[in-house]
Amino acid sequence: MGRYIARRLALLPLSLLLVALITFVILRLTGNPVEIFLDVNSTPEQIAELTARLHLDEPIPVQFFIFLRDLMTGDFGESLQFNAPAAGIVLERLGATLTLASTGLGLAMTLGIGLGLVCAVQRDRAADFVITSVAVAGQSMPSFWLGILLIQLFALKLGWLPTSGAGGIQHIIMPAFTISAFLLPNIILITRASVLDLSHEQFVVAARSKGLSRGRVLITHILPNAFNPILSFLGIQIGALIGGSIITETIFAWPGVGRLILNSIAHRDVPVVEAAVLIIAVGIALTNLAVDLLQMLIDPRVRRQ
Amino acid sequence: MPRNAALQVETAAAVAAPLISVRSLTVDFFTARGRFTALHGISFDVRPGSVLGIVGESGSGKSVTALAMMRLLPDHTARITGGQILFQGTDLAHAAERDLRRLRGRDMAMIFQDPTTSLNPIFSIGHQLREGLALHLGLGRAAADRRAEELLALVRISSPRACLAKFPHELSGGMRQRVMIAIALACNPKLLIADEPTTALDVTTQAQILELLRDLQGELGMAIILITHDLGVVAEFADEVQVMYAGRIVERAPVADIFAVPSHPYTGGLLHSMPSLEEEDPALLPTIAGMVASPFAMPPGCAFHPRCHLAGADCTRAVPPLARVGAGHDSACIRTAHV
Repeated sequence: MGRYIARRLALLPLSLLLVALITFVILRLTGNPVEIFLDVNSTPEQIAELTARLHLDEPIPVQFFIFLRDLMTGDFGESLQFNAPAAGIVLERLGATLTLASTGLGLAMTLGIGLGLVCAVQRDRAADFVITSVAVAGQSMPSFWLGILLIQLFALKLGWLPTSGAGGIQHIIMPAFTISAFLLPNIILITRASVLDLSHEQFVVAARSKGLSRGRVLITHILPNAFNPILSFLGIQIGALIGGSIITETIFAWPGVGRLILNSIAHRDVPVVEAAVLIIAVGIALTNLAVDLLQMLIDPRVRRQ
Repeated sequence: MPRNAALQVETAAAVAAPLISVRSLTVDFFTARGRFTALHGISFDVRPGSVLGIVGESGSGKSVTALAMMRLLPDHTARITGGQILFQGTDLAHAAERDLRRLRGRDMAMIFQDPTTSLNPIFSIGHQLREGLALHLGLGRAAADRRAEELLALVRISSPRACLAKFPHELSGGMRQRVMIAIALACNPKLLIADEPTTALDVTTQAQILELLRDLQGELGMAIILITHDLGVVAEFADEVQVMYAGRIVERAPVADIFAVPSHPYTGGLLHSMPSLEEEDPALLPTIAGMVASPFAMPPGCAFHPRCHLAGADCTRAVPPLARVGAGHDSACIRTAHV
């Protein structure tokens, strides 16, 4: 187990190097940041100064080498917009993003597994039909659309919740629900399918032959076996979840990394984009590792492989 | 009272009071293809401490009988539509789930055909043993662990303590079936239903598991219903045998009589299709021609007549009732004398 974690962590720099390379190339393919960042009236001296600061006057391979060297020390350079170290700016906002993402994820898991169980127990009855239909419809609803609808109803019409920003519990409700809505339909459907599949297993009848009640077999025997397919799904979706949170943070003006990235791309704040992308890449890799470890913890057969 | 007479009275009382008594049990299945009857009003008794073998092909209704007695038929597709299952004064066929839960795993327990899938893959053996002990006997963790270890030793697992921490996939098929037996015997049940307990195992392991079951039956004295398609298994182990075909009992007799004087052509066919050591060419093992009738298209009269070498026109008229042909020996055939 410890060896497995060590091996996975040892491979982490390799994937990060790839991410760094792709970020580096794309940022240089999409226009000169100096021209975009400085306004039209800037002097040639200013342009030369910024070009030198971003090492854009060096040949591309040298630029990449400098970029990598800076990465090793965690130095992404100064943000063009904020005149502060880029990594610090990203990390400052990471907390807000993690709070939102984990609240959304928790909501999606709780609601998704709960509703999935209801569907499985009530199979082919009204509740199952309604929940499954809404889930399928929800799957095809883009999160920016849902976010706007929520703001219209709960903030503007009813005035129950603030339209945007961060602060108290009331601020996180709508964005967290919007993020969870992205995962929720699939978690419901996966839970329903796994539970129904598992309920035909011999060990379910065997557990009931011990005298356990239907409900207890469902919760203590079937459900734990249904966790791993859900976790696999989350592992695959974690990247898309981050993408979704960029949109959600923007809609609700949530002060997180997602909104910062969008803003920095618009202003070609190269150091901040690089820092944010790499920090997110580390986050995704660690989340996937956590998913694998959780699956091992749940299922001893995975542990052996 | 002379000793002999007392013994006779006792025997008579034992005969009069079966442990479990199935009366006209009918089970219907509701499937996508339509409704069919899987059990046509079968009746039988199991005496305390005796071993009843139920023999038949796939689809004869033997597993349905077992699941119906435990009231563990699949809710969505199967229903008991008639009859009674009397166990210690309760009619299980009509008992509430609460009452059934108190009996399952404590007074009656079951082991299954495939030990690979009867254990939950993600829990340790110890965990799965402790569940029933905690539920029925209220044992705490430490006490349950001690009892679980005893049970594993009872089923002749050589290092029971180490086995408690193992997971199902770490054990062989034979070991898993031993664990299943240990789980079933956890609360000293009065009745153990074994549904093809050795079918999924290799021949050597089969023999070991059967020997274990026979030894345990001797030690603990519970009644066993042994469901199998293998008459050889029954010969070694059962006191009484009933042969099932297409949802009905077609013959019932003490085990020796089934082999000595089979009184139903189907039983005769099963006996002929058993391999024996004297057979010169095992490739020429006789089989019963044809297939078990589809439950959706039952032949009229005796369900076996299309495959029966004795069948005549009169066999299609009515379902032959189970009739007495000898001491404790019943057969549902109108040509019983010719078998």
